[in-house]
Amino acid sequence: MIKFFLMVNKQGQTRLSRYYEHVEVNKRTMLEAEVIKNCLSRSKDQCSFIEYKDFKLVYRQYAALFIVVGIDHTENEMAVYELIHNFVEVLDKYFSRV
Amino acid sequence: MPAPIRLRELIRTIRTARTQAEEREMIQKECAAIRSSFREEDNTYRCRNVAKLLYMHMLGYPAHFGQLECLKLIASQKFTDKRIGYLGAMLLLDERQDVHLLMTNCIKNDLNHSTQYVQGLALCTLGCMGSSEMCRDLAGEVEKLLKTSNSYLRKKAALCAVHVIRKVPELMEMFLPATKNLLNEKNHGVLHTSVVLLTEMCERSPDMLAHFRKVGLVPQLVRILKNLIMSGYSPEHDVSGISDPFLQVRILRLLRILGRNDDDSSEAMNDILAQVATNTETSKNVGNAILYETVLTIMDIKSESGLRVLAINILGRFLLNNDKNIRYVALTSLLKTVQTDHNAVQRHRSTIVDCLKDLDVSIKRRAMELSFALVNGNNVRGMMKELLYFLDSCEPEFKADCASGIFLAAEKYAPSKRWHIDTIMRVLTTAGSYVRDDAVPNLIQLITNSVEMHAYTVQRLYKAILGDYSQQPLVQVASWCIGEYGDLLVSGQCEEEEPIQVTEDEVLDILESVLISNMSASVTRGYALTAIMKLSTRFTCTVNRIKKVVSIYGSSIDVELQQRAVEYNALFKKYDHMRPALLERMPVMEKVTTNGPTEIVQTNGETEPAVLETKPPPSGLQPANQANDLLDLLGGSDITPVIPTAPTSKPASAGGELLDLLGDLNLTGSPVSAPAPQIAQPPFLLDGLTSQPLFNDIAAGIPSITAYNKNGLKIDFTFERSNTNPSVTVITIQASNSTELDMTDFVFQAAVPKTFQLQLLSPSSSVIPAFNSGTITQVIKVLNPQKQQLRMRIKLTYNHKGSAMQDLAEVNNFPPQSWQ
Repeated sequence: MIKFFLMVNKQGQTRLSRYYEHVEVNKRTMLEAEVIKNCLSRSKDQCSFIEYKDFKLVYRQYAALFIVVGIDHTENEMAVYELIHNFVEVLDKYFSRV
Repeated sequence: MPAPIRLRELIRTIRTARTQAEEREMIQKECAAIRSSFREEDNTYRCRNVAKLLYMHMLGYPAHFGQLECLKLIASQKFTDKRIGYLGAMLLLDERQDVHLLMTNCIKNDLNHSTQYVQGLALCTLGCMGSSEMCRDLAGEVEKLLKTSNSYLRKKAALCAVHVIRKVPELMEMFLPATKNLLNEKNHGVLHTSVVLLTEMCERSPDMLAHFRKVGLVPQLVRILKNLIMSGYSPEHDVSGISDPFLQVRILRLLRILGRNDDDSSEAMNDILAQVATNTETSKNVGNAILYETVLTIMDIKSESGLRVLAINILGRFLLNNDKNIRYVALTSLLKTVQTDHNAVQRHRSTIVDCLKDLDVSIKRRAMELSFALVNGNNVRGMMKELLYFLDSCEPEFKADCASGIFLAAEKYAPSKRWHIDTIMRVLTTAGSYVRDDAVPNLIQLITNSVEMHAYTVQRLYKAILGDYSQQPLVQVASWCIGEYGDLLVSGQCEEEEPIQVTEDEVLDILESVLISNMSASVTRGYALTAIMKLSTRFTCTVNRIKKVVSIYGSSIDVELQQRAVEYNALFKKYDHMRPALLERMPVMEKVTTNGPTEIVQTNGETEPAVLETKPPPSGLQPANQANDLLDLLGGSDITPVIPTAPTSKPASAGGELLDLLGDLNLTGSPVSAPAPQIAQPPFLLDGLTSQPLFNDIAAGIPSITAYNKNGLKIDFTFERSNTNPSVTVITIQASNSTELDMTDFVFQAAVPKTFQLQLLSPSSSVIPAFNSGTITQVIKVLNPQKQQLRMRIKLTYNHKGSAMQDLAEVNNFPPQSWQ
């Protein structure tokens, strides 16, 4: 199950956040900061799945924007990876200048 | 008041902020404006304000004052208002707020609205944050919409139903009839959401699962999946050349749930799984995602072996792929399957071992776990080499796990003792400080047991700590070994390696430096001190130096050291005669394994293994020190043949059945190669070394008795009692033969009443020479906690004059001092 969906830029500013489980507002910022820290410290040839606390993060980088999805262990990581890309393509089609 | 700015403006303004403080200022200003606007009850701009509020909420600022406004927007008739209102409700409200119940009526009306978009909005919101009360009220409406022919609404209704079921599981049956036709749709959206709904139902309730299996869901799904694969290019569903991979993955997952533990369903889906596995294109990530899901499904259902092999081969192919993600995923799944399909996974062992060298942390961890799972007797040497190399180079967070894993694997599959010891030494020297604490006693036990390697081991350990004694586990093991086998070290006898020349002083130097060093932990110092003490019996010329060292630590601040030193001092001064016996070699320890009882019950309840005396192992390391009968407690030899049996056939006397605890292990009466009597846990053992109250063994002049005298065989009992443990009586039997022929294969067995415990140690031999020219001695320890009168039944078997003789007797003439 997808726990959350984040779009964060390289400076750590959240551009979009959607939580599918209730998380306290102040905890959200902490969570986002930690998550983005984990993703930024990865190099390009490391795999896109990180294990973080008790769920997994699937992240994908598009220029200066990171899209991070938190999933639990029942979810197919690679399918989510594809989903992220699909999402970006949809946005691209719709807004024509992503 | 001027019109509030639009959302776009707001975003632009916030973007220009360069610091966090600036941003916060802007947002607060805007919040204030919004708040005053709300107070004015302005309908025209409400929607704009709420939109801005939602944006600020997303950035992380509090926005709860907008909740009521959202409700007002939902109630409005304009679609734009409703849209923002519902969005706000989804983001800001949840069942924790009381306000949300006010929405119920609105949603109900909107579910029956004429415009499908409004209905859609209502469904979305309900499916997102509906509480259980709301769901209960509105479930009927949702169900109605599930049956409508409008695919736009149908798919939203399906997802809403999922949420309702999660909140209120009892309502699941209500949705059952509607699901019948769900899969007949062509629209992929509806198909996808219906599969989600069915998955949810199957996961939650086994009854539903059974129902769906019966109703023929599997063939339906197989058909849909087949269409997806076979159909040509369809532009609206295509992702990199594959038609709707998301739906395919979902269907595969549902098939997995349906096929688990069910043969019929599994059979029905075998073909389609094979087809998907072979036909899917693997050049893009999409194809790999589908293959991954297929592999997971194959592993989970009751598939035939051919299919399983196919799945593992797919995983093997993944491992060779360049993409990290795929390799990670493959390693994870292999880890799950290695238990069941061990052989198949073995084939890919070399690839897995290569992954140990990968740069990525997640991959390395997976590869390490998988490598440990794959080690077996055949490949242990090669694997160990790789794993040791990995241990050298890996990150610290892995080292502890890796070290423990290596120890376990080495223990299970070591091809030779020398290799085992070498491996352990290597681990200790490379990752010594990360080794877990319980490894030290295990290692010591291992070293003790590999008798022929003592010299080699101690030499290597000595060399290891010569340079560097900062790694505590290594130093602990090394000091213990040096203490035990220091004489071997100095005498320079070592078959396996070039012997090094070490003098006694050098050895003492190193031990003293361990004691003094700041890096040594208190436990390590204890080990070192005890080792020095033990060397006082092994070394010849440096006893004075040892005495000096020991007396210095008598005033140490560390209580443990002080206690040890004081006791050792006392040993030098008052009990010097006992020192050699006290500090003899340790016996071969029986491994306390976790599977199955191999030990005999530790008798005579020693809470302090008072004397760690040893009868040296018969392979004769110390030919000089024969068993010191007095203090012979642990005759742990491998040859002990004797286990007393319980003569169960004999009618019990008034004292109840003579039950010997040792006899529990062996009721057939035939001698079994006895596991050596259990000594307490090794760490415990070492404690005993240190905090020993001296075993003050006063043979308090208890008269000896003749227990048996018949047919030329005479058996005498001599007694000792322990001062420290008054319920222990140590009986030494002496068997002599006054006939003119030897008695051979002599076996002495004894049984005592239930309230006693008996431990029989190994006899000195099994032949009693004739004409009283020699005797067999054997030691029995009896624990008599209740201080009852000692009685014993003995059974003697031997060969004499060519015939086998056997006799039973009871011994009642124990002197009162032996048991009171």
